[in-house]
Amino acid sequence: MSQNNKKETSAVRKVLGFLGANSVPVMFILICAVCIPISGFSPAYLLNEIVTRMGRNVFLILSLLIPIMAGMGVNFGMTLGAMAGEIALIFVTDWQIWGIPGVVLAMIISIPLSIALGLLCGKILNMAKGREMVTSYIISYFINGVYQLVVLYMMGSIIPIKHSTIRLPRGYGIRNTVSLLSMRQSIDNLLAIRVAGVKIPVLTFLIIALMCLVIVWFRRTKLGQDMRAVGQDMEVARDAGINVERTRIISIVISTVLAGFGMIIYLQNMGNMPTYSAHSQIGMFCIAALLVGGASVDRASIGNVFLGVILFHLMFIVAPSAGGKITGDTMIGEYFRVFVSYGVITVALVMYETKKRRAKASLGEQLRAAQQEGE
Amino acid sequence: MNAPLLELKNIKKDFFGNQVLTDINLTLNEGEVLGLVGENGAGKSTLMKILFGMNVIRDTGGYGGDVLLNGQKVNFASPFDALAAGIGMVHQEFSLIPGFSATENILLNREPQKKSVVSEVFGQRLNTLDRSAMRKGASDAIEKMGVEIDGEMVINDMPVGHKQFTEIARELSKEQLKLLILDEPTAVLTEREAAALLDSIRGMSSRGIAVIFITHRLQEILNVCDKVVVMRDGEIVKDVAAQETNVTEITRWMVGRSVNAAAASHREPPESDTVMSIRRLWVDMPGETVRDVSLDVRRGEILGIGGLAGQGKLGIPNGVMGLYQAGGTVTFEGKEIPLNAPRKCLDSQLAFVSEDRRGVGLLLDESLEWNIAFPAMQIQDKFLKPLLGGLIKWRDEKAIADVTKRYIDELQIRCTSSRQKAKELSGGNQQKVCLAKAFALEPQFLFVSEPTRGIDVGAKALVLEALKKFNRESGVTIVMISSELEELRQICDRIAIVSGGRIAGILPATDSSEDFGALMVSQVV
Ligand SMILES: Nc1ncnc2c1ncn2[C@@H]1O[C@H](COP(=O)(O)OP(=O)(O)OP(=O)(O)O)[C@@H](O)[C@H]1O
Ligand SMILES: [Mg+2]
Repeated sequence: MSQNNKKETSAVRKVLGFLGANSVPVMFILICAVCIPISGFSPAYLLNEIVTRMGRNVFLILSLLIPIMAGMGVNFGMTLGAMAGEIALIFVTDWQIWGIPGVVLAMIISIPLSIALGLLCGKILNMAKGREMVTSYIISYFINGVYQLVVLYMMGSIIPIKHSTIRLPRGYGIRNTVSLLSMRQSIDNLLAIRVAGVKIPVLTFLIIALMCLVIVWFRRTKLGQDMRAVGQDMEVARDAGINVERTRIISIVISTVLAGFGMIIYLQNMGNMPTYSAHSQIGMFCIAALLVGGASVDRASIGNVFLGVILFHLMFIVAPSAGGKITGDTMIGEYFRVFVSYGVITVALVMYETKKRRAKASLGEQLRAAQQEGE
Repeated sequence: MNAPLLELKNIKKDFFGNQVLTDINLTLNEGEVLGLVGENGAGKSTLMKILFGMNVIRDTGGYGGDVLLNGQKVNFASPFDALAAGIGMVHQEFSLIPGFSATENILLNREPQKKSVVSEVFGQRLNTLDRSAMRKGASDAIEKMGVEIDGEMVINDMPVGHKQFTEIARELSKEQLKLLILDEPTAVLTEREAAALLDSIRGMSSRGIAVIFITHRLQEILNVCDKVVVMRDGEIVKDVAAQETNVTEITRWMVGRSVNAAAASHREPPESDTVMSIRRLWVDMPGETVRDVSLDVRRGEILGIGGLAGQGKLGIPNGVMGLYQAGGTVTFEGKEIPLNAPRKCLDSQLAFVSEDRRGVGLLLDESLEWNIAFPAMQIQDKFLKPLLGGLIKWRDEKAIADVTKRYIDELQIRCTSSRQKAKELSGGNQQKVCLAKAFALEPQFLFVSEPTRGIDVGAKALVLEALKKFNRESGVTIVMISSELEELRQICDRIAIVSGGRIAGILPATDSSEDFGALMVSQVV
């Protein structure tokens, strides 16, 4: 082999290696690249949409990072936090506290609820080590039942709800949709600026940036280090005197509290709250977005969050329209949404496994190449 | 007069009626190095577990007698109490976080921290780690040990020896350390690493740290220890100064008879066809990379594979058996066997006793019977009785018990019954179970990797003899990998030496040690 040729092959190998290691995001970039021209949306429109959705979703997805660090996988515990956020919003709406104070108060109210739910979830997950993803999914179903019981039957009967606008006509229970007009986009609009026709919710982004800094800082704390240790080997961590169970519970509690905040940010942007379905798929979408961004079950970074939000939502915007143009059926969009998120999670998990195997194989490739060069 | 650092008085321990330790009395002074030797199952590890306050001891009914530290009676409720009292222990198995660097592991849960406003409010666990102080603390500990290891290297990427040193550095980094217990630390080390470890033990003792050192390599004891304590069947049979004794004497005390290294009885190597042929094999096994190996194994022989640690000898069986990523061609009985598919190998009547008994060798929570018979049942449908015309297969409990019993006798596995759990056996006896498991498979071809690791001097000959008998009586071709050349020369017909990931040469076992030595260093990378 000539020197030149060898260099080229190693460059090619590097590129292939990079693509292999990031196969999930690469696949989505390709899908988007194909769909964007077909969909016919203008770049300005797309940019606007993406910025809005980033402001809406990033905080929620950030709440997934800490449990991953503690080795508890992509975890549906956040769904519980989302419910806590919703309950807090119902109260604040009923009390007619408007604008930013309303949002802040909702966040404060959500904290004790999130903590309680997080403790419960963490305790149960400690009994199901190694099966956290599935178990947390089931817990989220169970708590959803409790949520319905509380919101549909107890609110207005046992728990005082004053305003009939959010009560069901029968006198108790909360309506299917709660209007959050009183605080709609109150965070987003404060300090918002327009750049070339794109509205940028500066305050929301500042909050997100602050949260990212907190996460970076958290990784460097003793607790963060303990979580990483627990995530990698519980037995060794325990032998070193780290309280494994407690550490895991704390990671879930942090996740639920952040998810509660995230859900409030999400809903204030939407402007109304589908009382019984807002949380039901949010976990799925957040996890899918994170995985699309290149995260795996045991490794996720802030970069994965941002990349994931952009790619996942870009695809949601353009793919249905592109699909509609191709098939002539506009309903395809909605099927697409759910289908794709479940699909993404499955594909990403499978790819994660193959990637692990491939990483092993690549070292072997080098050995084989070295053997050939030795000739 | 000053009380000695450590005093054990009439220590007794039984595991549910099975008396393991009887009336152990022992004293140890500051800076003294004590060598603890004894047969497999003599009770060495158990005694150390008592000293270190480990949970197994309390969960199995505690112990009798007194442990005195500096003349004060102590009774540790957990290893953390023992640590606080200045006792450190390096166990037979590693206890490290795989994805952490050496530094992070050395200071695990004892990281130097910086306070901040947040931590003042929300508690200590929100202190940030002081990375530069961590680096310094770790490198100090590494320096104390007197061995070069890279503090930033992640455990996963380390050769075994460095992992062992990381563990020791972790104990050394503890300020209050007064007594360090090392349970067979040299078993996984290369000769050079072992020598470095002995040096660092001397260093510790000169700094006033007392060391209890357990090993089956008796020469090491004589090289480094001040006194030797010999245990047999849970009793101390001898407690002497190391200068006053020698290996032969210690061996005799250990086993209660004199042991002669089994005379190498050589036969004419069988002139036969090739049963396995390996061509251009590469294996990606961390620390044991195989680069380019071609090798023919003759039917019915015992082929030894030797070489220095880290040169790739362990990679060969692991690669062929599909446990690590491998390439090249391997043909067995004229048929090519697919690499990277362990099950296929087992189906084609190959068996492997791994050097990693905890990782792939044993089901620790299962009984001996299950450990020995399970693979044979799983792979070859042995020990199964057809019922209802073969519709259901039923486990043949009696056959399982019989075969287990046979190997317990043959290998003299020390246990209370064939139903005992594997994790309740001593380290050396676990190793024997791994061998029995492979024998029960009755394969046509057997790889054994480091078969005598952790086995005492007396039982070594027994294990080697069992391998030889298996080869002669059942006609099984055996490839044995070992770092001890003498052991290979005792039972092998030919010995291949691996150096730098390649076969440096194959010699008849009768050739001189010098010839083998020269081959070992020929291509070292
Ligand atoms: N948890 C346990 N339950 C029951 N018996 C046990 C348990 N742990 C150890 N034993 C028994 O105690 C005896 C002594 O074991 P120990 O591990 O102390 O031996 P050892 O001297 O360290 O041997 P080796 O050199 O093989 O490591 C053995 O017979 C073993 O079967
Ligand atoms: Mg032992």
